[in-house]
Amino acid sequence: MEIRELQAYANFFFTVFLVFLLYGYIIHLYRSEKKGERDYEQYANIALNDEITDAPVERNPKTLDKKEKGGKIDE
Amino acid sequence: MQSNAALEYDYSVVKLFTYTTILFGFLGMLIGTLIASQLAFPELNYLLGEYGTFSRLRPVHTNIVIYGFTLSGIWATFYYVGQRTLKVSIAESKFLTIMSKVHFWLYFVGALIGVVSLLLGFSASKEYAEFEWPIDVVVVLIWVIWGVTMFGLIGIRREKTLYISLWYYIACFLGIAMLYLFNNMEVPTYLVAGVGSVWHSVSMYSGTNDALVQWWFGHNAVAFAFTVPIIAIIYYFLPKESGQAVYSYKLSLLSFWGLMFVYLWAGSHHLLYATVPDWMQTMGSIFSIVLILPSWGSAINMLLTMKGEWNQLTDNPLIKFMVLASTFYMLSTLEGPIQAIKSVNAIAHFTDWIPGHVHDGVLGWVAFTIMSALFHMAPRAFKREIYSKSLMETQFWLQTTAVVLYFTSMWIAGITQGMMWRAVDEYGNLMYSFIDTVAVLRPYYTIRALAGLMYLTGFIIFTYNMYMTITASKKLEEEPQFRSPMA
Repeated sequence: MEIRELQAYANFFFTVFLVFLLYGYIIHLYRSEKKGERDYEQYANIALNDEITDAPVERNPKTLDKKEKGGKIDE
Repeated sequence: MQSNAALEYDYSVVKLFTYTTILFGFLGMLIGTLIASQLAFPELNYLLGEYGTFSRLRPVHTNIVIYGFTLSGIWATFYYVGQRTLKVSIAESKFLTIMSKVHFWLYFVGALIGVVSLLLGFSASKEYAEFEWPIDVVVVLIWVIWGVTMFGLIGIRREKTLYISLWYYIACFLGIAMLYLFNNMEVPTYLVAGVGSVWHSVSMYSGTNDALVQWWFGHNAVAFAFTVPIIAIIYYFLPKESGQAVYSYKLSLLSFWGLMFVYLWAGSHHLLYATVPDWMQTMGSIFSIVLILPSWGSAINMLLTMKGEWNQLTDNPLIKFMVLASTFYMLSTLEGPIQAIKSVNAIAHFTDWIPGHVHDGVLGWVAFTIMSALFHMAPRAFKREIYSKSLMETQFWLQTTAVVLYFTSMWIAGITQGMMWRAVDEYGNLMYSFIDTVAVLRPYYTIRALAGLMYLTGFIIFTYNMYMTITASKKLEEEPQFRSPMA
């Protein structure tokens, strides 16, 4: 088989593979919301409540450990 | 650690990039209007000797609007949105503050040198990648520094989840890094073989491969400079200005991955009927059509964000700018796939329909979004209300009319041109020579030049409004939460 033909087949199967991944992602999004593992829609509030003093939607524990000792930044 | 009361967002770099957005926007549009006028009135080519010809100025126009105006707008908004959605001030890290300043100044000096080099005629002769190799090296350095500040800021964030806008900024960073590096793989002939100027280089690829890499780059430069970061901007500023949460956050995530998946394959539609393998051309067409889905996913998500709040469209000109931008995004992402269909492309390719398509995207979508973001940031960054609502309204209608005039004239011109090039008589001879088409198209070129002048006038109004906002408008006691205050 010629290299160009191989490239075309590789492209086709890679595309199919990525389509599966994308659809899998949709299923993942809805399933994890249904199971109550995550509420994706709440992340939209990150843009609305974005004062530096606003409480984060989900706190980053790493940063808090290092920086927030002795001060209340985001409560 | 600073005390809670003293901690606030640092907008110093936001302000600097705001200034360059306005400066490069004005210059880019001024040159654009001049070269549009040159096509209608050729004698305008001889105003400035070799420096004023269409061929010399066209890359100056495209490079200034892409790498000057748009990139400045992207970075002004990134340093604003990044801090706010990560809930961390860049001033909390001395290192990141310094790097952000280095980012700006290296960019500004690099951009000026780049513009001068193009004016002097140094060009690698690849569309949108004209900069010669020493400037490419500086570009890479600037990009790396942006990466350092972006990932540095993410590293010290308080908000664990990255808001959707940041995903798009990251995609812009990674996408352009990859595209720019691969398309600018070039050999400096003086250093390698002792031939030619020290500035000069030749592409490492040859023939069809060079064309493929070039249009993989060229089309995705549109993707990762004109689409992805502009979506980042509108996903923050439209919800924030309207006080409405994004209609569907899940849809925003899905459209993101859809766009990433599809966009990178569509570039070969620039090479339909060329010497690239046929399957690759077909693939470019198909992926371009599929691209409608994620593009419209984002645009519809924006429009639905306004659900139940459409009254804001009539009383807030900023919302008007952003809603119209989303609509133009829908228009140009439908038009592009149509042009990528092989049979349509047979007529559209090389005609004025292509710049028509580009400009309803960049004038209607990119520039409207960036200008509205600058308007939204001004009261927060400069702590003054927007100087004039009526000037904003005037600018809006002037520029909207300009965009419509631009793309409708180019639709007619392009299709006329395509049909005339193909027309044959009963013996199979071509019916028209090239100059026949030029004569027919002249009125449309004149309309386009007029449209350019109107858009430029709108931009001057914008500049004046921003200048007065920054220097003379009423001071604000506290930061507005949603709607931007305006007089």
